[in-house]
Amino acid sequence: MTLIVAGTAKEYPDGINLTRLIELEKVETPMYVTVALNNAFVESGGFETAVLKDGDTVEFLYFMGGGR
Amino acid sequence: MAFSNEQLTRYSRHIILKEFGIKGQKKLSRGRVLIIGAGGLGSPAALYLAAAGVGCIGIVDADDVDLSNLQRQIIHGTDDIGRPKADSARAGMLAVNPETEVRAIRAFVHAGNIMDLIRDYDFIIDGTDNFPAKFLINDACVLAGKAFSHAGILRFNGQLTTYVPGLGACYRCIFKEPPPPEAVPTCRQAGVVGALAGVVGSLQAMEAVKYLAGIGELLSGALLTYDALTTTFRKIRLPRRADCAVCGALPSITAPVDYAQAACDLTL
Ligand SMILES: [Zn+2]
Repeated sequence: MTLIVAGTAKEYPDGINLTRLIELEKVETPMYVTVALNNAFVESGGFETAVLKDGDTVEFLYFMGGGR
Repeated sequence: MAFSNEQLTRYSRHIILKEFGIKGQKKLSRGRVLIIGAGGLGSPAALYLAAAGVGCIGIVDADDVDLSNLQRQIIHGTDDIGRPKADSARAGMLAVNPETEVRAIRAFVHAGNIMDLIRDYDFIIDGTDNFPAKFLINDACVLAGKAFSHAGILRFNGQLTTYVPGLGACYRCIFKEPPPPEAVPTCRQAGVVGALAGVVGSLQAMEAVKYLAGIGELLSGALLTYDALTTTFRKIRLPRRADCAVCGALPSITAPVDYAQAACDLTL
């Protein structure tokens, strides 16, 4: 199936959940990433049950604390 | 109030813009911006806003200029090492534009002073380098109904969003609460490119200019991310969180809160 992850369409195994996508995408600090699925936030406790389907759009939002 | 000939010359490249004109410049001259943090983001933002003719700029920082700052904090020079950053930044702004009223505030922001600090300003720029301060500024601006620009930088990446009261997500909508100290990398541990701070801080200044002049579209309800290594900008649309603890329908945060800060990361 095709997912649009961080703006780029890519092929992924059918039926994977967000937890697996986070592994496949090698997300840094997965405990603290915010995920938006089809423009809605997914609570971090809900990654396991969030099963992805063809055409889904996923954004990873990262803490970026620097400024000085 | 009419502009002098000298002012008309100084701001001529603004005034000639049809979206801007004398009217836009007057709005800037009546505008008041508070910049929190005179560092990597605050330096370019302060210089551009002073040069642009913003009427009053407050600059908040409790630290002194250190040699390791100068790779990116371009408002300070080598001769300023050891000097309070707020004072050095004030001098830098006045050197560019002596007409600007600059208030140097040598302070850390905390739950006890943030509401007073932001009160007199139209727009706030978050140029801090730690999560407790970023959440504090977000909450205070939401509670006070102030527009502000949030930004963060790390290594070769930056991101920013503009909060406008009543429109779009706030910082807490995205990130809910600060990560535990040391859970995510900081610039001090991970590094940051100086010019990256310049790009992102300049974008923050641009948001302030647009807000004050009333032109264009603000970066509200969206997060702009910048990957310097691949020169990629992305504008990610942000949903609002209906149950956000500060901007949601039933907020649990009704006054600014301080979060614990790791001792080694004690800055603003
Ligand atoms: Zn919110």
